[in-house]
Amino acid sequence: MDARTSPADAPAANGKEAIIKVRDIVVGFGDRIVLNHLDLDVYRGEILGFVGTSGGGKSVLTRTILGLVPKRSGLVEVFGENLDDLNETQRSAVERRWGVLFQQGALFSSLTVKQNIQFPLRENLKLSQGLMDDIAFAKIEMVGLKPDVAEKLPSELSGGMIKRAALARSLALDPEILFLDEPTSGLDPIGAGEFDELIRTLQQTLGLTVFMVTHDLDSLHTVCDRIAALAEGKVIAQGTIETMMQATHPWLRAYFHGARARAVMQGRG
Amino acid sequence: MSGQDPPADRQPGPGEVALPHTSLISVHTQDDRLTVAGRGEWTSEHADELEHAVGEAVAAYPSPKGVDFDLAGVERMDTFGALLFERLRRAWDGQGIATAIQGLSPRYKILLDEMARAGRDPRPAARRQEAIVERLGHSVVDTGIDALALLNFIGATIAAMMRVVMRPRTFRFTAMVNQLDRVGFRAVPIIILITFLIGCILAQQGIFNFRRFGAEIYVVDMVGVLVLRELGVLIVAIMIAGRSGSAYTAELGSMRMREEMDALRVMGFDPIEVLVVPRIMALVIALPMLTFIGSMAAIFGAGLVSWGYGGITPEIFMQRLKSAIDLDQFNVGMIKAPFMAATIGIVACLEGMRVGGSAESLGAHTTESVVKAIFLVIVMDGVFAMFFAAINM
Repeated sequence: MDARTSPADAPAANGKEAIIKVRDIVVGFGDRIVLNHLDLDVYRGEILGFVGTSGGGKSVLTRTILGLVPKRSGLVEVFGENLDDLNETQRSAVERRWGVLFQQGALFSSLTVKQNIQFPLRENLKLSQGLMDDIAFAKIEMVGLKPDVAEKLPSELSGGMIKRAALARSLALDPEILFLDEPTSGLDPIGAGEFDELIRTLQQTLGLTVFMVTHDLDSLHTVCDRIAALAEGKVIAQGTIETMMQATHPWLRAYFHGARARAVMQGRG
Repeated sequence: MSGQDPPADRQPGPGEVALPHTSLISVHTQDDRLTVAGRGEWTSEHADELEHAVGEAVAAYPSPKGVDFDLAGVERMDTFGALLFERLRRAWDGQGIATAIQGLSPRYKILLDEMARAGRDPRPAARRQEAIVERLGHSVVDTGIDALALLNFIGATIAAMMRVVMRPRTFRFTAMVNQLDRVGFRAVPIIILITFLIGCILAQQGIFNFRRFGAEIYVVDMVGVLVLRELGVLIVAIMIAGRSGSAYTAELGSMRMREEMDALRVMGFDPIEVLVVPRIMALVIALPMLTFIGSMAAIFGAGLVSWGYGGITPEIFMQRLKSAIDLDQFNVGMIKAPFMAATIGIVACLEGMRVGGSAESLGAHTTESVVKAIFLVIVMDGVFAMFFAAINM
């Protein structure tokens, strides 16, 4: 990978390359400040789990990084590029290198699953129809769906299938970063477990960096390399699950030592 | 796109045949054994080039004795590269030709294995576009279904209204007032503006053409009768079908898409009673009022133009109007209004209830709603015209 000079500080002390770098972000709506001078690094090749209170701004941070929500001040660097400095072409080049799985899937409802997956391919690459079909079916199988899903419309799919189909679309261009917004919400525990497994497998297969907003304690335990916790508009703690367990912040204690958390820990022995 | 030509510093070795159009693959032959060497970036950016190279390699060597793949030169590989490699391998492997892979970087091994597993299951047939005759047949059947659905919905609405009449306390008065505000009160400015302009145009055209036989004064008769009997109610109904009918369809449609209707139903409410009846009632009340306002605006506009353009003073205009029209003319227009309102409301709500899961379906039904409502309003106007002629009104 080409090392680009970055205006902000050098790679973190542990020597890992920060693929997403968020510095001093302020985001608010009207009088309400949602993100208050927030800093966060996501390192290449890791799965970062992002937790926080409901309505605490987890999705807002994701949407700010993606450029869907305007920020009042601060800096977002992805792949070493300050997103504010990019022109249209450079920006779409960056956007091609990330994939997003929205909470409700956000599949285009008038297109079949296959057409949904081929949409970014068609817009960005010049490929033969045969190759695009091969790619679409390969992606469908990679996310654990049967090929006959390809010709279905999103309205004909179940919730779990919609998530998987949307994941296939977000992986269409082989992105380097994958943003997941509550990927396991709305799935049954078995389905959620399988989805976690799938994300882990895909991460290893494709060498992805995964930024995952989640509430699911199981996901945090099984797939996340590192966890960052958001409260009061700031990242109040980050590190492995063990670090989180030892944190003293009252919200973190409640979250990681509540009844549900204890059940998950016990289940793990 | 890079790599259209082979790099100049690499001379083909003995027995090596470089494929002419690519640097991504080169091929050696030795004693009928093929060595296929990969080079460069096997990624989505080069997928098109790689696909052609794969096709060329297979076409050039359809049946070698054995194939060795040397992937040490592949710098980067993504799903696209892995998939095309798998296509290349299967072309030979499928004929029973022995293949072996060397020099594969361990980080791409999982990806290649994944691709080797993929594509074994049969694919479904593509969605078929309907042929013209088929589409014609479908639309005939759909028209029949539409008519039945409309009948069914009218029945369900009347039944719901009857239930409300039996138990007046269940009538959602607040909801109706809210709808009345939206479809009635807030529509007043646009209705006044449009009917005023149409009144002006009518008077101007009338005066311009009647002037030739010196009959300008009869423009007052024409405008009075036309506006009160036909135009006022028709224009207002068409406006409301476009403005409020479409809103009804879109609202009910998106409520259906978000399962809000189902939520009502499982809580023991009838969506028709809760959502449809107040909306239709609001329209039935609002449309006659808007028709009256619209007719007045049109006559006012006609009066202004008659004064300015035709030299008919307001006193003469009023005098002429009084003798030209009677209460019957006014009643004919007003009687039609609530029936048209009910038609618009029922069609709009029915289309809303029939919205399926997709955004496309919402759009299609909203269009349907407006087109059908306007069509039915005009048909109804014709039927009323025959009826009133028969009873000499």
